[in-house]
Amino acid sequence: MHPTSHDFKANAHRAMRDEALQGALATLKKGFRAKRGVAVERLPEFEALRDAGRDMKNHVLAHLDHYLELFEAKVLAQGGHVHWARDAEEARRIVLDICRASNARTVTKGKSMVAEEIGLNAYLEKNGVRPVETDLGEYIIQLRDEPPSHIIAPAIHLNRGHVAQAFVKAHPQYPADRPLGEARELLDEAREVLRESFVTADLGITGANMMIAETGATIIVTNEGNGDLTQTLPRVHVVLTSIEKVVPTMEDATTVLRLLARSATGQEFAAYTTFSAGPRRAEDLDGPSEFHVVLLDNGRSNMLGGAFHDMLRCIRCAACINHCPIYGAIGGHAYGWVYPGPMGSVLTPALIGLEEARDLPNASTLCGRCEAVCPMRIPLPRMLRHWRGREFERHLQPGRVRLALKGWSWLVRHPTLYRLYTMAAVATLGMLGKRRGRFTSMPMAGGWTNTRDLPAPSARRGFMDQWATGRRR
Amino acid sequence: MSEKPKRVALFVTCLVDMFRPEIGFAAVKLLEDAGCIVEAPAGQTCCGQPAYNSGDRADAAAIARHNIALLAGFDYVVLPSGSCAGMIAKHYPPLFDDDPEMAGKARELARRTFELTSFLVDVLGVEAVAGASHSGTATYHDSCSGLRELGVKTQPRKLLGSVAGLTVSELAAPEECCGFGGTFCVKYPEISDRMVSDKAADATATGAALVLGGDLGCLMNIAGKLKRQGSRIAVRHVAEVLAGGPLVAPIGESGEE
Repeated sequence: MHPTSHDFKANAHRAMRDEALQGALATLKKGFRAKRGVAVERLPEFEALRDAGRDMKNHVLAHLDHYLELFEAKVLAQGGHVHWARDAEEARRIVLDICRASNARTVTKGKSMVAEEIGLNAYLEKNGVRPVETDLGEYIIQLRDEPPSHIIAPAIHLNRGHVAQAFVKAHPQYPADRPLGEARELLDEAREVLRESFVTADLGITGANMMIAETGATIIVTNEGNGDLTQTLPRVHVVLTSIEKVVPTMEDATTVLRLLARSATGQEFAAYTTFSAGPRRAEDLDGPSEFHVVLLDNGRSNMLGGAFHDMLRCIRCAACINHCPIYGAIGGHAYGWVYPGPMGSVLTPALIGLEEARDLPNASTLCGRCEAVCPMRIPLPRMLRHWRGREFERHLQPGRVRLALKGWSWLVRHPTLYRLYTMAAVATLGMLGKRRGRFTSMPMAGGWTNTRDLPAPSARRGFMDQWATGRRR
Repeated sequence: MSEKPKRVALFVTCLVDMFRPEIGFAAVKLLEDAGCIVEAPAGQTCCGQPAYNSGDRADAAAIARHNIALLAGFDYVVLPSGSCAGMIAKHYPPLFDDDPEMAGKARELARRTFELTSFLVDVLGVEAVAGASHSGTATYHDSCSGLRELGVKTQPRKLLGSVAGLTVSELAAPEECCGFGGTFCVKYPEISDRMVSDKAADATATGAALVLGGDLGCLMNIAGKLKRQGSRIAVRHVAEVLAGGPLVAPIGESGEE
């Protein structure tokens, strides 16, 4: 997908005027936040689980090569294949080669953010393979040819009307005047259409929430059951995932599972938690005859040991997104690439470059709510500041912003001059603002005064000035 | 039991110094009433957040050095702001990751630095403020840094509970950021405005006549929005009400309208 992160401000401007989106965001804030709150409240050991999750992931990241090789050996021993992809291009190529080798024309897809990250659908289509998204939200946005606006609720920005419109256009086999006003009707139609794809698909692609090193299994966590049909019905199952998702043991996986659904949707457990370990064995009733795991790096190994190391603990639950006031104001598309919200603002510059995504780490008040809800205790605000530091080092901010900042920083280290300067400013502003107590416009401060008044100093002399001349109370 | 009175450095913050000195004097009264000896060290300016949050670590560290020297020797350092107190208490030490001596000094300063209401309640054990009264209903905005970095939540409410005549009516989303965010509010004014509009609507829905909070930046943002909307809701720093003295006009008002 072609990023539009450099247009963040314009994207955000549009998003805040999109009434359907704004309605959806209001619902999202109420729903996800409240449900997570209840789920966490009901689990007394939730905070201890967060610690355990963090510690386990830190251990994995310190021994990532070891666990990945263990995992690979297990998959191979079970008759599966493992493919290592350095970057998006390699990963796309590997998936296409598997499709071609198995003569696959139609592939079903479970929800995969890694597939979004590498722009898999467009690539497959260009090369004669028809991908069909089977997660309802992903299916809808595929029909509309747009990227997901949320990592676990990809079509959260849409309402029923949008979906009905997309279905009428995409499903000409049904009468144009059929009733599609109710969620049930939309669901039934999608189910009927997708059934057909499930049965005819030659190959199924899923993501993975985790890989277990000790068993060689991959795990998907879903609520629709589409992932299970995607991976068990076709002849070939391709798991497309990224290297940091490996965990050592089954028990470690359960630690993450107990955190994941609660943090994401407020469920204790998702409706389906499915383990895949290799191709169908002789005694299995069903399953694919080929099993492939594609392990994407795409810049992740560069993050190991550096300022963004902790980000690799992310389990993609979206709690940070659901609680972010910025995401809540502008939705996901404004961020301009695959991963929105706080996790996206940390990850995106690492994956597509800071120049393209310069706005993202800055478009945050550093309110800290993301870190407060992150099940993996990822210090997201600290990493947003790290990106700002890189921007500063590389002079990526506008010159006048830099100059103003540098000037202020110099002034505050020279208290005598600072005092003279602020005394003059307070006296002037205090005098000018005395009558109303505020300003409705102010040169150079239009960002503030275009939409809100600027309170004037309450006195003509500042605190330190008054203190110096003896006032104490 | 007679304890030696605590020598407290009041760091008023640049915003309070310039825009609302009354908050500083209210803090002095609250601290003195609680038995502290209060000084406002003369060389104080700004905690360095603008530089730090803009990625300018070198200048942030230089400002931190200045303040670490300035605030040495006091038993405690108290600020009428959660975000500036958080800057000193949480963000100064890691600025000196490669300078063990300065890091030690920064940690030592961090240990004795507090936000005003949490200092009164958690350190001094103040249960109630003496002589404060304010009739009516107020609502309270939890500023982000104070809340999440320093755990300031119950302390201001506890003290407000002892203000005669005052009822606190909670916001629907008291922990939602108001959209101030330091330079954020001018770098991303549209998003900031959306956030503060939500906050203003929340405050209006409580029916309270007064919005209180512990950080002047957030309060100027909220007051600025409410006044632009023509709202009659007053906005003040919590210390003004707790100190119980005569009040100046609310933030963004002149008392002459």
